[in-house]
Amino acid sequence: MSLRATFERLRRTHRKALIPFIMGGDPRPTVTASLLLALAEAGADVLEVGIPFSDPLADGPTIQRASQRALHAGTTPAAVLDIVGAVARRTAVPIVVLSYWNPILRYGAGRFVRAACQSGAGGIIVPDLPPEEAGPFRHAAGLAGIATIFLAAPTSPPPRLRSIARAAEGFIYYVSVTGTTGARDRLPGEWLQGVRQLKRLTTKPVCVGFGISTPSQAASVARVADGVIVGSALIRELEGAAPRAAVKRASAFVRRLRKAV
Amino acid sequence: MMTSLRVPNRQGHFGPFGGKFVPETLMAALDELEQAFAKAKRDPGFRRELRGYLADYAGRPTPLYQAKRLGRALGGLRVYLKREDLLHTGAHKINNTIGQALLAVRMGKRRVIAETGAGQHGVATATVAALFGLACEVFMGEKDMRRQALNVVRMRLLGATVRPVSSGTKTLKDACNEAIRDWVTNVRTTHYCLGSVVGPHPYPMMVRDFQAVIGREARRQILKAEGRLPDYLVACVGGGSNAIGLFHPFVEDRQVRFIGVEAAGRGLRPGQHAATLAKGSVGVLHGTRSLILQDRHGQILDTRSIAAGLDYPGVGPEHAYYQQIGRARYAAVSDALALQGCALLAHTEGIIPALEPAHAIGYLIRHARRLPRRSVVILGLSGRGDKDVDVIARHV
Repeated sequence: MSLRATFERLRRTHRKALIPFIMGGDPRPTVTASLLLALAEAGADVLEVGIPFSDPLADGPTIQRASQRALHAGTTPAAVLDIVGAVARRTAVPIVVLSYWNPILRYGAGRFVRAACQSGAGGIIVPDLPPEEAGPFRHAAGLAGIATIFLAAPTSPPPRLRSIARAAEGFIYYVSVTGTTGARDRLPGEWLQGVRQLKRLTTKPVCVGFGISTPSQAASVARVADGVIVGSALIRELEGAAPRAAVKRASAFVRRLRKAV
Repeated sequence: MMTSLRVPNRQGHFGPFGGKFVPETLMAALDELEQAFAKAKRDPGFRRELRGYLADYAGRPTPLYQAKRLGRALGGLRVYLKREDLLHTGAHKINNTIGQALLAVRMGKRRVIAETGAGQHGVATATVAALFGLACEVFMGEKDMRRQALNVVRMRLLGATVRPVSSGTKTLKDACNEAIRDWVTNVRTTHYCLGSVVGPHPYPMMVRDFQAVIGREARRQILKAEGRLPDYLVACVGGGSNAIGLFHPFVEDRQVRFIGVEAAGRGLRPGQHAATLAKGSVGVLHGTRSLILQDRHGQILDTRSIAAGLDYPGVGPEHAYYQQIGRARYAAVSDALALQGCALLAHTEGIIPALEPAHAIGYLIRHARRLPRRSVVILGLSGRGDKDVDVIARHV
């Protein structure tokens, strides 16, 4: 199912999207596909999978560690796209790929979006590619039929929010906290105003990520936003577990979130 | 073909290089900084204040000194040293930190952060933070904290907090990552005092403009001393701030040739050097598109140099542009040759250079024969060597 169809179905049924994130190849490329399928089965509406990068400057310690483990295991961008392909053949849940800009640039942006599309990915998130620099990439992604998902932040002033809302495809990724990724015990309230502001500017879905770690946080975000993205808390849940145990823990964690969202 | 030397454009692009590749959270802060800088540049009050601190506090202008014994040892070159090593804190870094601290105060930011490799930029930031009463945290790789221990003590003495960085290669690249992460978190209250002509727009342009005082003075001084422009400018390049500061005011004097000297470390094999312009490929690191050292999957490679200040897998986008359009040439000098350069300057002139500019002297040792005799050369002596005596003692 496409991203668009997924969000339309959710809107019709008055439900919110649950979007778990894991790092491709963490701890080994062979585990990622079964983890993603378990997340889909446990109730994820969209799957988000990362391409590891040596210098992930928007990420806190948990995702930095996940990237390091994945790189250590020899994970390449092509390997992550292969995993996406394997998963897309076995589930209808749409998949979005997150990568920092440099690995995509090195792969060749045009080649990358075509390969991502062939593998069945529905969207791409590039956390260090703001709309100003994204023109040619958006164009190439559009030709390949892939949504370019932009981020908005609590520090984005209204004119930027407007241009992000205009440029966004698939959904808008609203960064809940001024900071790096990572589970937080308490979310500062700043996301609420920002999401409301965005929702006044656009009818495109707005999903909130960064810092969300518990079912009750997810529930309160889902009351306002169209979706909830959970990454670091999920990765922390899996850290150190053997593959089979990790799959079990991942699906139990997502089930708990599913009940709340 | 005429290629534009008026760079960057309004988007911060130097030809195909430069730009802003950062998380959305920082975009508004970069816009704010760009506007504050543009406004300050037009403001006579700001310029007067900056000039005042550069003169009375930092010690500008620095001498342009003709190193006659060095010149003879190099086979008859007329070598002039631009003595940035004589500045307060011992390196050119203070030219930039005074400017940025004045901007931070104007923007109402009471906290500054910085990354540092050799510790010189960290010391220069801690210094101006003390001077203007700002809180200061400096991120420094653990490996660099060990090899530049003296500068760690200096920063702490100046009231700064030094935050050890243990991720990745534990050097400048990782210190940059951590500084950016801190900035993402505290962007509303904090100014990121970036120390080189790297990072997202407006940093490469702004740091260049603050460092261009080096070249403006040198141009005036050499005209007075020689009655003509120099044939060569030679300076070391890590991120490239002292080199661009020396080069930029001569950029339209096309007869003046620019030579940037990178660190070849233990030789130009992957992971053994920091010669980005020689061995790099196009990529994005720390918010700017430039040449970087990376593997075929776009992962950043480890670097190695005896000079902590050159140990960086990226380079300023303006240098990448100068190389592409042929306005500057870049060479790489090994650890061993840099140590020879250090010793030669110490023996012939009684000046102990930092290991970073020692690479530029190393370049002259290797290539002086190929330069026409009596060529006039200005060498950017970007810092003094006190911080390096431990490292040098281990190698000599």
